[in-house]
Amino acid sequence: MHLLQQIVFILCAGTAIGIFTKKVVEVRRNILLGRDENLTDQSGRRWRNVLLLAFGQKKMFKRPLPAVLHFFVYAGFVLINIEVLEILIDGIFGTERIFQAPLGAFYNVVIGFFEILAFLTLIAVIVFLIRRNILKVKRLSMHELDGFPKRDANTILYIEIVLMCMLLLMNAMEGAIQLKEGVGNGFLISSLIAPLFTGLSLDMLNIIKHTCWWGHILGIFAFLNYLPYSKHFHILLAFPNAFYTRLTPQGKMANMPEVQNEVLYMMQPELAPTATDAAPVQHRFGAKDVMDLSWKNLLDAYSCTECGRCTSVCPANITGKKLSPRKIMMDTRDRLEEVGENINKNKNFVDDGKSLVHDYISVEELRACTTCQACVEACPVSIEPLSIINQLRRYLIMEESNAPQEWNLMSSNIENNMAPWKFSPDDRDKWANEMEPSA
Amino acid sequence: MIKTMAEFAANNEMPEVLFWVGCAGSFDQRAQRITKAFATILTKVGVSFAILGKEEMCTGDPARRAGNEFLFQMMAYNNIQTLNGYGIKKIVTICPHCFNIFTNEYPELGGKYEVMHHSTFLQQLINEGRVRIKEGGAFKGKKITYHDSCYLGRANGIYEAPREVLKALDAELVEMKRCGSNGMCCGAGGAQMFKEEEAGTTRINFERAEEAIETGAKIIAANCPYCTTMLTDGVKSKEKEDDVKVLDIAELIEASLED
Ligand code: SF4
Ligand code: SF4
Repeated sequence: MHLLQQIVFILCAGTAIGIFTKKVVEVRRNILLGRDENLTDQSGRRWRNVLLLAFGQKKMFKRPLPAVLHFFVYAGFVLINIEVLEILIDGIFGTERIFQAPLGAFYNVVIGFFEILAFLTLIAVIVFLIRRNILKVKRLSMHELDGFPKRDANTILYIEIVLMCMLLLMNAMEGAIQLKEGVGNGFLISSLIAPLFTGLSLDMLNIIKHTCWWGHILGIFAFLNYLPYSKHFHILLAFPNAFYTRLTPQGKMANMPEVQNEVLYMMQPELAPTATDAAPVQHRFGAKDVMDLSWKNLLDAYSCTECGRCTSVCPANITGKKLSPRKIMMDTRDRLEEVGENINKNKNFVDDGKSLVHDYISVEELRACTTCQACVEACPVSIEPLSIINQLRRYLIMEESNAPQEWNLMSSNIENNMAPWKFSPDDRDKWANEMEPSA
Repeated sequence: MIKTMAEFAANNEMPEVLFWVGCAGSFDQRAQRITKAFATILTKVGVSFAILGKEEMCTGDPARRAGNEFLFQMMAYNNIQTLNGYGIKKIVTICPHCFNIFTNEYPELGGKYEVMHHSTFLQQLINEGRVRIKEGGAFKGKKITYHDSCYLGRANGIYEAPREVLKALDAELVEMKRCGSNGMCCGAGGAQMFKEEEAGTTRINFERAEEAIETGAKIIAANCPYCTTMLTDGVKSKEKEDDVKVLDIAELIEASLED
């Protein structure tokens, strides 16, 4: 390859990777705006989750058809990256198919395999487009996806199609060249279409081949830099998210040690720390904005694929309530990005008079949750919408005293009668006296 | 006579297990029948048990889930004082919410007990041969569908024990479309029981009851006093209350005990 081409390639690669890195650093900063939470215990179980949930896509297989199709695209993504490695090396050093010589005949097998994957990916992506735009599968065409999210999903699918076609076309050109020169017949899938092109001149074939090569790799660079703005970020973040996912039973709600201690000191004042003890950091009760959430909630938000599996099993959403766990995740991400922009502009976050609760997520949505955990169970990327809902509800009650009248009544009953209803505590064991003496 | 923990303690005795009744089981008329059924089973098969009686208080679950952590911590503090005061080791409860909060949330506040939900407890009693079901009982061959409560199922991964208990009845167990880890909520959790539902197209319990009725089962088996209430109302909304009964597994077992 030409030296000039090498230089152009290195510049392109450097710029693409540079911009991507800058954005990733920014995303990391945004995630770390969240509260601290230590999630590194039991690393054995955590790695297991990475294997099962992220690599193995265990939860995807609850719905077999999309799971299989998604698996093609995913395998295509992971494995074709090996080919991208070759492209990168070729690009930088001006070589051509650097792995071909050392691998010998095996190289053709490998590329043949990649071609099969590319082909399956192509088919899967087309089915996905049909499901989204023609069949309009409910969870993929709800109104909360109007605008950017819908465009985003389709854009990614189109990019995939273009990338896969470039790859196959490039190989087909090579096949056609080989056919013309009588030195072979190309790779498994592309060789099927190679004969179509033998009518073209060798020069022409080479030009198309190189155009495809450039198109493919530039497409990948563009894709890479689109990722952090897209729901497709999950192809990277699903892995850390699986690692940091909760290991405790889903029913366990996070404790609030500061409240626990406050109650303890109230009941047993002798245990209260004296003034000389360092006062613990005080923050807001519950979460009003993204900074009040745990960093894991924020990682969740960036990892969400907007697949809507959570929403499609949410009892509130199924029965027409405003609540949608997917929207909770999308709102959290949008707000976090907004806060991130704010910091980019002002160095530090400057109050913009907005917050996650109210401006993004309404009280009505939060009120509708039954804490049934169906959303958590359904999420293939180990996201917990319920955790965010719980924290926002805590804020509403404890900081804003914002509760429906019935809940205020319930609370005062619990406080005064030790039960959520207005019954006399003296009647708590009345049932026992009503039982037949023989029993 | 059902004895309280105070009575046991006065005689320096310790029961095999503490029966934590819960607020619904104590006060709600429908749920009291579940409480009585379970107490009857325990008495009949000779499990020595106590209740806390007037000393029992709300665990704080609805307060915590609504967002009122202060109230929850107050209730937890008081309950743990009482339980630890008696040196309680083992608790059985008919409420999945109480079960969950004892299992997962009280330990870090200082309340560590061996906790069982009554479906697991009944399964053990059946396996040990202490609970014996009469031959050709009332539910033999009848179609029963089982509704997974969220706080037993997804929250704690208990799906099999209640189904095992139902199998002992020799009934025909039919599953709803959404069952096991995909089971649909009855609509009561997260303190929804104590407020009106938000505006929507239908109610959660109506939707769930419809699904249960579609199985053709004559009995909807539940394991939670709140689910029982919600599903009973749901069945009524479909005007099926004469054909389809909603019963707790304790009630089903109690009605089938060998004499
Ligand atoms: S926990 Fe709340 S948000 Fe999640 S599925 Fe259940 S009701 Fe919906
Ligand atoms: S939270 Fe999980 S299940 Fe819900 S849309 Fe995002 S990725 Fe899908």
